[in-house]
Amino acid sequence: MDRSAQIKFPIAAEELVRSGHTACPGCGAVLAMKYVLKGLGPRTMVVIPPSCAGTIAAGFPFCALKIPVLRIPFETTAISASGIRAALDVMGKKDIHVLAWAGDGGTFDIGIQALSGAAERNDDIIYVCYDNEGYMNTGIQRSSSTPEGAWTTTTPSPYVKDTPKKDIIRIMAAHKIPYIATASIGYPSDLIKKVNRAKEIKGTKFILIFSPCPTGWRYSPDMTIRIAKLATETGIFPLYEVEDGEKYLLNPGRTLKPVKAYFSVQGRFRNLTEENLQWFEEKVRKEQAYLSRMAG
Amino acid sequence: MTTMFDVGNKVAAKAVQLCRPEVIAAYPITPQTVIVEELARMVEAGELSAEYLRVESEHSVMAATCAAASMGVRTFTATSSQGLAFMHEMLHWASLSRLPIVMINVNRALGPGWSIWVDETDSLSQRDTGWLQFYCESSHEVFDSIIQAYRIAEQILLPVMVNLEGFILSHTYEIVDIPDQGGIDRFLPPSPPRECLDVDNPSMFGSTTDYYINFRYKMHAGMEKAKVVCREVDDAFKKEFGRGYGLLHAYLCEDADLILITAGTIAGTCRVVADRCRAEGLKVGVLRIRVFRPFPGELICEALKSAGKVAVIDRDFSPGCGGIFAQEVKAALQGTLPGLPVYEFIAGLGGKDVTDTDIESIIDQTGEMSKPGECKWIGLLK
Repeated sequence: MDRSAQIKFPIAAEELVRSGHTACPGCGAVLAMKYVLKGLGPRTMVVIPPSCAGTIAAGFPFCALKIPVLRIPFETTAISASGIRAALDVMGKKDIHVLAWAGDGGTFDIGIQALSGAAERNDDIIYVCYDNEGYMNTGIQRSSSTPEGAWTTTTPSPYVKDTPKKDIIRIMAAHKIPYIATASIGYPSDLIKKVNRAKEIKGTKFILIFSPCPTGWRYSPDMTIRIAKLATETGIFPLYEVEDGEKYLLNPGRTLKPVKAYFSVQGRFRNLTEENLQWFEEKVRKEQAYLSRMAG
Repeated sequence: MTTMFDVGNKVAAKAVQLCRPEVIAAYPITPQTVIVEELARMVEAGELSAEYLRVESEHSVMAATCAAASMGVRTFTATSSQGLAFMHEMLHWASLSRLPIVMINVNRALGPGWSIWVDETDSLSQRDTGWLQFYCESSHEVFDSIIQAYRIAEQILLPVMVNLEGFILSHTYEIVDIPDQGGIDRFLPPSPPRECLDVDNPSMFGSTTDYYINFRYKMHAGMEKAKVVCREVDDAFKKEFGRGYGLLHAYLCEDADLILITAGTIAGTCRVVADRCRAEGLKVGVLRIRVFRPFPGELICEALKSAGKVAVIDRDFSPGCGGIFAQEVKAALQGTLPGLPVYEFIAGLGGKDVTDTDIESIIDQTGEMSKPGECKWIGLLK
């Protein structure tokens, strides 16, 4: 990412995620929560399904979040947020943000029906999927967000996942919702800037946040930020926005680094061959070309 | 007071309107659909001030309802059959979250084979989800039970399911006396404040906890309290509007040798047959169970204490066991009336009519058998 292109804007000093939460060392998901809440502020309610995020928010009598939290069943993230919004509307409370917060399993897989429903109705919610590319809370199983070539406990070596990561952004764009963004915990100010945009827009907002997981991806916890940045720098996880499902806005990028820089530092991709890496390289370039075309 | 002449579903929708729900989530399913159609019309016509969510599945219907109820507003939905089964996970969620949701279930058979006609197994198989369950005999009772349901639910903080039989009640015209809005408002004031999601007082709901067993115990205590509250609310309703039903309705049971036990509309036919039997010198009584959860076991034992034989007619079936009401009745009799023989009959599944001749046949068969055997099936096609 080109640093000169970053917009300068104030970021709240207040922390809405308390210390003492139960995330693993180096957890990307908890950083995502911290940054999103800095953007949204304290007049926010959040719904969280079963996920690492639910565990991180801690068990009774503790709570790591300083905002109201409703824990909900796995497949109900979007609709639970919609239900809260309906109640707020009837109560005349217009200044409260309703945040739906789920992992990739809760979003790409089991929660997609409710998410599609909320998006089609254009319910006024901010849906954030923190994407760690698998069911990490239950112990690293593959989800439809797991990229091809990745090891998980249900795609064990050498039978790694052989289908591509589901393209949730294209799916959401097809719903023509007013705002979609990809963001990464590697670029906090960009992430918060996107949250700030989302909260000014009425309707369904969807933000996919790249959230590396040292436990599930098999790398050292001190590498989280570096891996997040590498994902974007290699083009594996491009950062962009989509307005009304049609208008694509790409974050300015530099010349892409070879994908090997990203894959080689994670144990889950240990099985990839040079041939595989070449194939990924081509795939990334095709995606870049697609996004550039969409952005005009 | 005005008079309404319409189908059960429209009468139900009228009752819901008068209860002033603030959030309604809906998904269509036959034979319930008319209820949510009518409520949608009311909201659009400005006859009902509520947020109406047109949701993409029944599972989401109950999830939306739970989330809205977690904000402290009054909520409503209706469903049937497959829809209720699809909600199953959320039914547990609603009760364990202690949310005073009111839902109408229009009883319908579960497929396959596909049948849109009545069978009460849909709601009875949700027995252990922690919902209060009412089974109604008339549209009048459906109307009154919905009004009562909100007051009960909001007092004990457990959800209430009001059941009516598909087509037999949902699509049949009946004359119903409708109290005016003022009377309903007096009987059912706005939902009392409770612990809710609030940005000014943030807290977490539904967290993991070591107190799980305590939460379950408190639900049990709530259900026990509900036995009293259901009666109190019914008494108060009778005082205000002149109509009351009790947790069960006993007809000619005091001196009966044979008591027929059933739920819903079959009870009316049973009472007609009981009158005929009485004219012939056969002492038959009828006990209709209106409230299934909490199960009024003590009241049932009291009503059966002079009976020589009991026949339970179930419009439902638990494979490998028998009629669901029959099992519950037998369990209730243990300890108090262990020697009372209970004869079990399955009838009317998939909307099959249960006629006076069927009831007479049940009475004859019960008379002929010296002791109960396997449950008997009425109305099997040849």
